[in-house]
Amino acid sequence: MKTLSRLYIALILIFLYAPLAVMVIFSFNASNSTSLFAGFSLRWYAELFESEATLSALKNTFILAVLSSVIATVLGTVAAVGILGYKRKWTKSAVMSATNIPMMNPDIVTGVSMMLLFVFIGKFLSLKTSLGFTTVLIAHITFNLPYVILSVMPKLRQMDFHLPEAAADLGCTPFKAFFKVVLPNISSGIVTGFIMAFTLSLDDFVISYFTTGPDFQTLPILIYTMTKKRVTPDMYALSSLIFLSVLVLLILFNVSQSKSNKRSHKN
Amino acid sequence: MKKASIGNPFISSPYVVWSAIFIIVPLLMVAYYSFTDANGNFTFSNIAALANYKEIFLTSIGYAAVATLISLLIAYPLAYFMTKTKLSTQGTLMMLVMLPMWMNFLIRTYSWITILANTGLINTFLGKLGIGPLQLINTPAAVILGMIYNYLPYMILPIYSVMSKLDNSLLEAAGDLGSNALSKLSRVILPLSMPGVISGITMVFVPSVSTFYISQKLGGGKNMLIGDVIEMQFQSSYNYNLGAALSLVLMVLILICVAVMNRFADDDGGVII
Repeated sequence: MKTLSRLYIALILIFLYAPLAVMVIFSFNASNSTSLFAGFSLRWYAELFESEATLSALKNTFILAVLSSVIATVLGTVAAVGILGYKRKWTKSAVMSATNIPMMNPDIVTGVSMMLLFVFIGKFLSLKTSLGFTTVLIAHITFNLPYVILSVMPKLRQMDFHLPEAAADLGCTPFKAFFKVVLPNISSGIVTGFIMAFTLSLDDFVISYFTTGPDFQTLPILIYTMTKKRVTPDMYALSSLIFLSVLVLLILFNVSQSKSNKRSHKN
Repeated sequence: MKKASIGNPFISSPYVVWSAIFIIVPLLMVAYYSFTDANGNFTFSNIAALANYKEIFLTSIGYAAVATLISLLIAYPLAYFMTKTKLSTQGTLMMLVMLPMWMNFLIRTYSWITILANTGLINTFLGKLGIGPLQLINTPAAVILGMIYNYLPYMILPIYSVMSKLDNSLLEAAGDLGSNALSKLSRVILPLSMPGVISGITMVFVPSVSTFYISQKLGGGKNMLIGDVIEMQFQSSYNYNLGAALSLVLMVLILICVAVMNRFADDDGGVII
């Protein structure tokens, strides 16, 4: 039974990793094919760093992810604190239902609905095109917000609400009490929300695809345009590099976490 | 005791305004475009035109349902076996399951072409054995495989997280009361893991039924799904009104599905991520 279950786990992992292995292997292909391996070469990695379009898309993707996740984290954290203070039950459930909409709706509907709004506004102001960096940024902030709110909310609920009161009794202004007492208590939720928002934004294709204009290209959109024609191995090279950096980051994160766990066990 | 409050509810107003403008109004926009023509006049013609897409709607639902079912059948035993390994192994396995999701979705899907194509890895291998070439790419099966491949982690994660929290003493009690392995599974593990199963089903079905990239790449244009039709209206034929009507129906359809699924999860109804 034990060997059988191990075999099963191994099979599923092979299924999950086969396309990634293909991607890494073909990124070293000497020819420009993504189906026939003609020998080892690093030329696609070299070409990658010479392609203007790829580098600018990479830069755009990062700017977008940083900006949208930071704004969503600030806006979402403040919102979560406010929502928890609602006195009436129905206002709370109304706001929370609206918050859940972008998570429940398929990406294509979220993308299309925002595109229609931007196009409508653009028509109203008789602009040539209203779609571009600003509209993608708004879209990313919007789909990031629920993830921030839903990761901060549980931490807020776990917190002892008398702590900020005590701080106020001891002479803190509400503003100071928030930064000195509430924020440290919910910081882990904020960090989780931020990381989720950042990675979602980094990876998003569908919503960006509908809300961006011709002047602003992110990496997923560039990849999409390239897969419409024929993909050359430089995209595989780029993806392998991204995969490697994610892997390194995750390992570092896990090592540091297990170290701090050990330390807290010792104390 | 009066519940203490930590902040003025008023500070949530920037968010409330934001979500009204960028969540609620866009949905109203979808409805507005669905019932108007290109000049902004009221019409039912977009809704009437939906009848032409009945087949495609049914195909999309069918593909997504098959993909969801197979994902469930793969993920459930996997999650169960994972909980039986050592705790440190569980962490590593969980990371291994999630890691591919960090890879760009388009590239992950695209590399299946290299594997499945007529001159691809599988057919080259089969050719050496004297079989084939088999038509693997551009088939309904390839599209369904793409869905399963991309969304399987979304099924594994919630089921595993519910199962790993399962109280072991319940199983021991069932054993003491004379349950064998099979009835333990059907009468203890299965009912208790239902919330994970439900949220797994929603998390696989919703992106599968609305995809357009997977069907474009692995279906070769022959296996159009509803996502493809919507994408075409907005990005190539520029018929926003018809596209809006199609999106409206897709949205309503999914809301009904999610509502039905949540009925089954009479728990706290929260989505496990």
